[in-house]
Amino acid sequence: MANQYETVFIMTPVLSEDQMKETVQKFEKILTNKGAEIVHQENWGLRKLEYPIQKKSSGFYHLFEFKGEGDVVAELELQFRRDERIMRFLTVSMDKYAIAYAEKRRNLRNEKAAKAQEETVATPEPVEAPAVAEEVNNESQTEQE
Amino acid sequence: MAQQSDIKYIAPVAVDIQRKKYCRFKKSGIKYIDYKDGEFLKKFVNEQGKILPRRLTGTSLKYQKKVAQAVKRARHLALLPFVTDNLKTN
Repeated sequence: MANQYETVFIMTPVLSEDQMKETVQKFEKILTNKGAEIVHQENWGLRKLEYPIQKKSSGFYHLFEFKGEGDVVAELELQFRRDERIMRFLTVSMDKYAIAYAEKRRNLRNEKAAKAQEETVATPEPVEAPAVAEEVNNESQTEQE
Repeated sequence: MAQQSDIKYIAPVAVDIQRKKYCRFKKSGIKYIDYKDGEFLKKFVNEQGKILPRRLTGTSLKYQKKVAQAVKRARHLALLPFVTDNLKTN
C-alpha cells in the first residue's frame, strides 16, 4: 500500500517567477516519473523567512502532497540536495489525521479562492490600484490559514 | 509588633483564583497539529521562541509531544525562529 507524503520546499528568491515555475515542474516530473501520484500542490509564493538561510531572508515556498512508495521520497530528496536552487526541504509521511486535516485545509482554501474570484467578478474594477490591494489582502489571509 | 506582621502573612494575599487548566486539543477535538501554521504555533512558544512547558499551557502529554514535533518542523522550514527576542511583539 502506498503511503501518502507531504513535502514543503523553499527555493531561492533569486529566481524569477518563470524560473521558479520551471523548478517546480522539474520536481513534479521527478515524482510522476517515479510513479508517484500528486494529490495536491500549493504555491505559497515569496515569503519572508524567520531567520536567514544562505544569507537570504526570503524564499519561494511550494508544497507537494503525493502518494507513492518510500523510494520516491529518497529520489526526490536526492534531487533536492543536488539542485542548488533549493534552500530547504522537509518531507513528512502523513497519518490518517494528517490526511483528513489536509483535505479540510484544501477545501477551505478552495472556498476562499472561489469567494475571492466571485468578488472580483461581481465588482467591476473602476481603478487598478484598489483591485491590487484587495488581492494582496486575500493572499495574506490564505497564508495565515 | 512581631505578631502583627505574622498576621499579615497568614491573611490570604489577594491571588487570582486559579482556573483549572485544560488541554485545548482534547477539548476542541483537534487531532492533527499543523507545522505549516506558524501563527498558531506561536501560542506554544515564549518570546525567545522556546517551547512552553505543558505545566503552563495545560496541554496533555499526547498533544504536547505533537506540538513539540510541529514546532521543530516549523523551525526547520523557517516558519518559526530558533532563537529571537520579542517574538510576540513582531
